[in-house]
Amino acid sequence: MQVTMTINGESVTKECEPRTLLVHFIRDNVGLRGTHWGCDTSNCGTCVLWVDGEPVKSCTMFAAMADGREVTTVEGLEKNGQLDPIQQGFIECHGLQCGFCTPGMMMTGRWILDNNPHPSEEEIREGISGQLCRCTGYKNIVSAIQWAADHPAENEVKA
Amino acid sequence: MQTPAPTDYVRATSVDDALAQLQKYGDEARIMAGGHSLIPMMRLRLARPEMLVDINDLDELKHIKIEGNEIVIGAMVRHREVLDSPILFEHYAAFRECEKVIADPVVRNRGTVGGSFCQADPAEDLSALGSALRGTVVIRNAQGSRTVPMREFHYGPYTTQVEDGEILTEIRIPIRPGAGSAYEKVERRIGDWAVASVGTFVVVKNGVVEDCGIGLAAVGAPHYSAPEAEAFLIGKEATEENLAQAAAIAADHCDPASDQRGPADYKKHLAKELTLRALRRSVQSSQGA
Amino acid sequence: MTAVEEVPLSAAGNPIGFGNMKRVEDQRFVRGQGNYVDDVNLPGMLHSAILRSPYAHARIKSIDTTAAEALPGVVAVITGKTLEGIPRPSLLGDNFAWMPTLSYDTQAVLATDKVRFQGQEVAYVIATDRYIAKDAVELIEVDYEALDPVMDAKKAMDAGAPVIRDDKGQTDNSITDVHGNKTWESGNAIGTAEAIEKAKNDPNCVVVTQEILYPRVHPAPMETCGAVSYLDKVTGQLTMYTTSQAPHAHRTVYAMVAGLPEHKIRIISPDIGGGFGNKVGVYPGYVLSVIGTIVTGKPVKWMEDRGENLMSTSFARDYHMTGTIAATKDGKILAVDVDVLADHGAFNGVAQPTNYPAGFFNIFSGSYDYPDAHCKVTPVYTNKAPGGVAYACSFRITEAAYVIERLVDCLAAEIEMDAADLRLKNLLRPEQFPYTSPTGWEYDSGEYEKTMRVAMEIAGYDELRKEQAEKRARGEYMGIGISFFTEGVGAGPRKDMDILGLGMADGIELRVHPTGKAVIRLSVQSQGQGHETTYAQIVAHELGIPPEDVEVVHGDTDQTPFGLGTYGSRSTPVSGAAAAVVSRKVRDRAKIVAAAALECSPDDLEWELGRWFVKGDKERGKTIQEIALLSHSSLELPEGVEGHLDATAVYNPPNLTYPYGCYICVVDVDPLTGQVKVRRFIAVDDCGTRINPMIVEGQVHGGLADGIGMALMELIAFDEDGNNLGGSFMDYLLPTAVECPDWELGETVTPSPHHPIGAKGVGESATVGSPAAVVNAVIDAISPFGVRHADMPLTPANVWRAIQGNNVRTDMAVE
Repeated sequence: MQVTMTINGESVTKECEPRTLLVHFIRDNVGLRGTHWGCDTSNCGTCVLWVDGEPVKSCTMFAAMADGREVTTVEGLEKNGQLDPIQQGFIECHGLQCGFCTPGMMMTGRWILDNNPHPSEEEIREGISGQLCRCTGYKNIVSAIQWAADHPAENEVKA
Repeated sequence: MQTPAPTDYVRATSVDDALAQLQKYGDEARIMAGGHSLIPMMRLRLARPEMLVDINDLDELKHIKIEGNEIVIGAMVRHREVLDSPILFEHYAAFRECEKVIADPVVRNRGTVGGSFCQADPAEDLSALGSALRGTVVIRNAQGSRTVPMREFHYGPYTTQVEDGEILTEIRIPIRPGAGSAYEKVERRIGDWAVASVGTFVVVKNGVVEDCGIGLAAVGAPHYSAPEAEAFLIGKEATEENLAQAAAIAADHCDPASDQRGPADYKKHLAKELTLRALRRSVQSSQGA
Repeated sequence: MTAVEEVPLSAAGNPIGFGNMKRVEDQRFVRGQGNYVDDVNLPGMLHSAILRSPYAHARIKSIDTTAAEALPGVVAVITGKTLEGIPRPSLLGDNFAWMPTLSYDTQAVLATDKVRFQGQEVAYVIATDRYIAKDAVELIEVDYEALDPVMDAKKAMDAGAPVIRDDKGQTDNSITDVHGNKTWESGNAIGTAEAIEKAKNDPNCVVVTQEILYPRVHPAPMETCGAVSYLDKVTGQLTMYTTSQAPHAHRTVYAMVAGLPEHKIRIISPDIGGGFGNKVGVYPGYVLSVIGTIVTGKPVKWMEDRGENLMSTSFARDYHMTGTIAATKDGKILAVDVDVLADHGAFNGVAQPTNYPAGFFNIFSGSYDYPDAHCKVTPVYTNKAPGGVAYACSFRITEAAYVIERLVDCLAAEIEMDAADLRLKNLLRPEQFPYTSPTGWEYDSGEYEKTMRVAMEIAGYDELRKEQAEKRARGEYMGIGISFFTEGVGAGPRKDMDILGLGMADGIELRVHPTGKAVIRLSVQSQGQGHETTYAQIVAHELGIPPEDVEVVHGDTDQTPFGLGTYGSRSTPVSGAAAAVVSRKVRDRAKIVAAAALECSPDDLEWELGRWFVKGDKERGKTIQEIALLSHSSLELPEGVEGHLDATAVYNPPNLTYPYGCYICVVDVDPLTGQVKVRRFIAVDDCGTRINPMIVEGQVHGGLADGIGMALMELIAFDEDGNNLGGSFMDYLLPTAVECPDWELGETVTPSPHHPIGAKGVGESATVGSPAAVVNAVIDAISPFGVRHADMPLTPANVWRAIQGNNVRTDMAVE
């Protein structure tokens, strides 16, 4: 079947099977490999991207379900050559080691801040609790999201 | 990564359209709401529907509203919307407590109320709460719709009254002025299925329990419910002793199975302890209301 | 060491040497531009999938691949029979059906006669698409004759137990190592037995014995294992992109396994999504991808599922330990004896690089001063997945640290002494270093009490005990757990250590370009450790050039010199030392060039960071950049001196390094539900010199989360029928941000005297040290119920059962 979606602001049309998972569509059919996968049971969250502005586990959605929708991936965070504060925060606070969970963590982190510009530590920890990291023990991921909260991009301030 | 077997896909445009698709494809078709139970099962190839009918576009199933004396929750309402709903929180604080411990925030963005009820996992939290609140479920088919009490909706684990060619469209929860409610869960880790969990509501008037409901997940409670304990408690004074007695009766009627989450005797113990804790807080909340 | 503040900064703001520096590799990772194995796509690449055994023990009667082969898109279906038919010109067996393990045992690539664990490789499908490969796997029909499995290590040696390795002509389930031993003993057996016996008969002494299980767990990196292999039939070159922590060692093993000429094999480990030991071994899946490309002539990708990862690749632990500790009643430890039953699964794949009996486990005598220690380890085969060493354990030091730290707490409970006081009374003293342990290790340096005092101060230990007493009085249960651990890392001295005959020295190369920019080529493999940053810092520290002027090349055997790879916390102790040594070689060459340019004798020159100058005349000197250009110029050099500054080195460590630390954990336990909340965790590590403290702390954070996981939730148990009960992330639980507290770190710095920069390695410290702290805290919390020990994982159910006085085997199915 043919599927069309807007990915990071650009309309993309590709052939896939009805059973093609969104994560495979994005990685293999479209070729954006910043979104990863790490389990079979929707537990690890390395595949998190946004559909219509909300983080979802792209291993638990068929590409067909995203037909006509807007998808944002880690590749869409950087704007005009400028890293998003969430990306900068992960660098500043050593919020990543192997980098495998990082795209998913950043997508959720960005979304947490978009909805709650000054989350508490507890709110951040709960917010990323559906995503696993084996390297950082989470402390620096929490710090990275806090850093981004403290350093909003100029045009970012939202209600 | 494990991948699903071949399937086909159609996106429904309305409930009537979805019902027509189900008619067309018969028992090989499955309704897909959030997909967060179905797709993992398809990946593991434990489920292999030949046709998926995607109902994510059905705005007519996305409401949380009050109709008369009931709160009506559309089947396509996402878990996060339940968690954030001021209406639900106003009437039953337990909804927020319950949703906070269902899966994780990202899954809650997609998983739906209807999907959870229809999956009928014995450890499913929202079903336990729905049972505690003695809600009803609206099921539609080509002929029309029918309303089924929550406590009759599930035949058993993973089986419900929703037949081929039917769709669950709504959950209805009676409003009970003055009710206090609470949800208690023990899990091995956040986001895990319950080792045991209990939702309760209590209406206390002048120190006496006027009404109450107890729902339990993962502990082998028939229909997620504890009617004997409720019958015991209604009309009695809301004392610690009576609550404890009710909790003990609830646990007595549970028949949990041992698994890696815990042995049966522990789960039975939890059924009692968590029922007591939930009742206590429900009473406090009702009395404070 | 030099204080961080004193290090000069480069124009880019980076320390020219040691200190906090943002990681170079982060720039690509935060943009989603990492390159992991599943990101590799070669033209014409095929995909593959493995059919695995549903049985733990069964005879294969027949395999029918007809339907699978007929499925459109399927290119080839390979079974054990196919592999038996492919001759292998190798000393390691005459066909491809079997391969060697890291312990000189054999392991089936694809089962031919029997399957020996649930999840074992049975058939291999190559197809044009990963979904089709999975479809085809379902179409393979295998006729099995189920056999009784051996699932309980304690019953493996029972008379009449099913024999697992009949392929080797065995008549029981014992394991014989390469030296012909069936048990591995270490330490002073007679002295230890006598000391324990004497203590038993002395009214002023106590002897405490405790059975302690370290159950089977799994490293479970977020990226599973996988490979893309391509044999170019024209050039004969095999290129393999693979999730390997040890690319050079893997190359040699593939040369031996596949009988391919080693110079025609190129292993590329691109970005690795976490390893923790999981990516040390050579798995059948990797070998099959090689066979796949040989058979099809196309590149073949194999990526395992999470379930395959958890069920078939290297597990960790599975040690049934009985520890005995003898001490005086006022708390002086006299002797420790540990008897271990080690469950190695169906093939002995344990990595045990030392020639010492009992390997690294025999460091179990710990951080304390006592004369007599002895251990005996008896390995057995069971119908479980092979492996046995993984998960950031420093080759079984995790088990060793856990058993001694649990025993010390059991002793403290027995003599009613505070667990901190007991440790302080027995810790090794600074003047005892270098210290030879009762089992023969030479600990290099340590100021143990200082480190412990720092941890106690951060924790507010006395206040915590006060709070605990007050809470107990009102029926609340908090616990305080301490762990003091010593590791031996940096395997290792060639005289003592090898893997499959490969000595554990690491090569390194440093090139300095004419403009003074440098390229360093490493054999070790980052899986998140930040080598591209820290190795540049080592060169910067030694040569005084900005770290941003140093490119770090790794992960490609064609581009880097031979070395054994990254595991066992060995990168910094071995290759980190090599980086310093090779930089010093460059510095020495630069000195000769500088002397020629300055027209003086090299002996007249003095070094300051980045520059040689004439003693007594600081103005007369040359920077390393100037010298680099001169070394490539027409400058006349003394006879016998070649041009350029490039150098190579091979570093053979004289000893291991011995990082240590003191961890304190504070928990709150709800005794009515068994739920444990880790409220605080204090970790004070001494890993010697810290190259990049930010990275060191990050490594510690990750290991502490491992400790929470293992102590509270991670487990691979099996039921009697042989079913793996931890085969998905729904069942094998990893800790999330919610279970982890806000780690509180401290440090002391006691450099290693024999390491060129005094660094000790820290990658596994926290994984080794933290489980005991968590368990000790939980047991401390519920000790008023008479509990002295309970086995991991301390799930709510297991804590509740312990309180009921009903401790159970956690490695078996819950009943």
